[in-house]
Amino acid sequence: MNAKLRWRKFVSNFMLAMTGVCAFVSVLVLFFILGYLVFNGGASINWDFFTKLPKPVGETGGGMSNAIIGSGKILLLASIFGVPIGFLGGVYLAEFSGKGMASVVRYAADLLNGVPSIVIGIFAYGVVVLPLKHFSAYAGAFALGMMMIPITLRSTEEFLKNVPRMLREGAMALGASKWKTIATVIVPAAYRGIVTAILLALARVAGETAPLLFTAFGNRFASTSFSQPTATLPVMIYTYAVSPYEDWHRQAWAAGLVLLGLILIINILARTILSRGIAVPRS
Amino acid sequence: MKGAGPSAGSRTFFSKLREGDEIARLVTMIFAATVVVIVAALVWELWTNSALPRQKFGFHFFVTEVWDPIADQYGALPFVYGTLVTSIVALLIAVPLGIGAAIFLAELAPPRVSDTLQFFIDLLAAVPSVIYGLLGVFIIVPVMRTVIFPALNTPFGFLPIFKGPSYGVGFFTAGIVLAIMVIPYIISVSREVLLSVPRDQREAALALGSTRWESTWKVVVPFARTGIMGSIFLALARALGETMAVTMVIGNTPKVAASLFAPGYSIAAVIANEFTEATGDLYLQSLIELGLVLFLLTFILNGLARILIIVTTQKGSGVAG
Amino acid sequence: MRASAKPEFSVNITTNITTPAARETAAALPMRMTISQVNFYYGTKQILFDINMGIADKRVTALIGPSGCGKSTLLRTLNRMHETVNTSRLEGDILLDGQDILAQDVTALRRRVGMVFQRPNPFPKSIFDNIAYGPKINGFKGSLADLVEKSLRHAALWEEVKDHLHKSAYELSGGQQQRLCIARALAVEPEVLLMDEPCSALDPISTAKIEELMVELKNLTTIAIVTHNMQQAARVSDFTAFLLTGQIIEFSPTPQLFTTPSDPRTEAYITGRFG
Repeated sequence: MNAKLRWRKFVSNFMLAMTGVCAFVSVLVLFFILGYLVFNGGASINWDFFTKLPKPVGETGGGMSNAIIGSGKILLLASIFGVPIGFLGGVYLAEFSGKGMASVVRYAADLLNGVPSIVIGIFAYGVVVLPLKHFSAYAGAFALGMMMIPITLRSTEEFLKNVPRMLREGAMALGASKWKTIATVIVPAAYRGIVTAILLALARVAGETAPLLFTAFGNRFASTSFSQPTATLPVMIYTYAVSPYEDWHRQAWAAGLVLLGLILIINILARTILSRGIAVPRS
Repeated sequence: MKGAGPSAGSRTFFSKLREGDEIARLVTMIFAATVVVIVAALVWELWTNSALPRQKFGFHFFVTEVWDPIADQYGALPFVYGTLVTSIVALLIAVPLGIGAAIFLAELAPPRVSDTLQFFIDLLAAVPSVIYGLLGVFIIVPVMRTVIFPALNTPFGFLPIFKGPSYGVGFFTAGIVLAIMVIPYIISVSREVLLSVPRDQREAALALGSTRWESTWKVVVPFARTGIMGSIFLALARALGETMAVTMVIGNTPKVAASLFAPGYSIAAVIANEFTEATGDLYLQSLIELGLVLFLLTFILNGLARILIIVTTQKGSGVAG
Repeated sequence: MRASAKPEFSVNITTNITTPAARETAAALPMRMTISQVNFYYGTKQILFDINMGIADKRVTALIGPSGCGKSTLLRTLNRMHETVNTSRLEGDILLDGQDILAQDVTALRRRVGMVFQRPNPFPKSIFDNIAYGPKINGFKGSLADLVEKSLRHAALWEEVKDHLHKSAYELSGGQQQRLCIARALAVEPEVLLMDEPCSALDPISTAKIEELMVELKNLTTIAIVTHNMQQAARVSDFTAFLLTGQIIEFSPTPQLFTTPSDPRTEAYITGRFG
């Protein structure tokens, strides 16, 4: 082996090792984040955290019960708004539409998916907050619901299309009408994939903060109705983290751990279920 | 189901059938159309609600540095500058790391290792922005102030980009946080694109006496270069629209500054911070115009990215004439 | 037990070379590569069984046999391309000029034993850069332009592309791309050129051109070719090995194998009774 070849081989081994370093460093970040959250926030996760309201500024203690409930309310409403549109739209694309309409709808969905979440917030502000003249859970749900539509729509379409032709034709051969076939055979067959995709969409919007800043806004107290400004977990994390209070920082870590924990659990569950067979559409 | 057998009363049977289907088709079509309507409405809203500053400032909006709510003067330059600078810093860090990792995952790692690592990277992409912000505020900002700034400023402080002082926040910090956030996108897409390069490209290179690195770097990666560009555009689009993590670490100062350690602002950050406090239509609409700019930028980048990625993955499946 | 004429190569050629004429032809020629007792596995599945043969210097040796008989697998062991698959396992000896290829550095080996693939696979570069790739990474110091021209001439492609060297390789037709790949392989001046069904993706005219080429190229370099086209093997090769389910059934000079095969299975194959 001459010197040049030896050098080339050395470079090869070195560079390939470096790529391994890049890969492991990238993955390490995830564990680093988790580690820090557990380390800084783990101790603060107690019963109070889940059940108490925030204390007034400057006082220690209290919890984030209003934010947790608020997030729950808004996510529920967002799903009620976004999932049917995405699901039925997906059914239309997979089962009924012609090529032209389908590409337009798909393009619109992809576009919507790429819109920065803060811009979605601006839109929701104009559509819901301005007419109602105040911040509300409705506005927040509208914003988050819109963000759930593209993932739900594309996933529904894909999973429905993947249902084997045999199933489809079997039902129709028995005399079932098209919509009956869809409702009783095709959708149930694709059900698992669609539900997990919806869960992934939910996990994605659960962590969104920007669109809530001027839609749901925030609330020191628990909001009693959907038309009031509502506290949410992500916004609380943000508010507390940028504040000058140590105690609030501590609570922000705890809240971060809870939020990330939920999101990761949903993601891991959904992806593991999906990986038995079908590919996960990239968000 | 209405209608007995195929013979008698078949006309009623089929028309009922068609009606049910027809209703289903219409209903689902309406929902599908809603998506298009929402998008159209969004664009329309952004456009009409930014009319005031567009008329008043025109293109000067983008080159004026002044952002003064009291004097009702609005210039977008600091935000455009901040968005660009932080994105560039982010890409400078994320692109080499991301492509390196993608090469490892696509070319070197055995399939199961590659899939497992990819799984973790997909999880990274699911971490919300505000959590990255937490990390940024409590970990990266202090590290910037105590480690990175001294390390770069002491030897290189004469360079404008490394001038002090540093409070920990600023363009560089925001760039680092953004880099961490966009790496998963670069890795995922680049990995897929690299995996779609036909085997015999690599084999041809090896058969000519290339080392593994040479075959990867000089043949496989160039073959996939369009798709990798696409992944970078995607990452850039993501970086541009990132709000929370950036606003927590950039320093929120509407000033153009040469130093990477200086505090700055980005388009998304200023909207997030000032939207609810904007008094007066011109103020609010100027923020909305910034939102429109953001929308257009990400729209173009995402569109280009999609084209580039599709072109590469198709190229893999039909090269030889 | 047979030995070739040159004492430093020892070949265990299968006992199927039976006629005296065949023995003489084989004995007189030096073997560029010798393959002894080679067994090959993908994981636990055995693909090649007790392969013994040689690749004669400056001749064309063809490997024929029905689909799945292992001929491509065998070819790929000659430049250790099988190593790109993790589960592959090779037992036995393969010698190039008397030296065990498994003991050498694989990168250096592959410069000496080149390969042309089934489907043309030019790099996404210009014609010139495709051919210059190999020499460049091997540290070639002379005139690249001359080397590129020489290689293209050897591949009978120079006249067609000499004014378009900086165009993308993908603008060439399939047959031209394959000749480009041949030129690319020749540019590193290999001692042996392996060709894995090089014409199977091409039209008859391009095929004919490449067959002509092969006959000329053997003056330059030793050639081993896998082909599913028996007539092609009969036309271009000097020696032919017939494989069936991973074993060499017969290995003889081509005229002999095709006119008076010594094994009934060979005869069945070449008369088209199975394919």
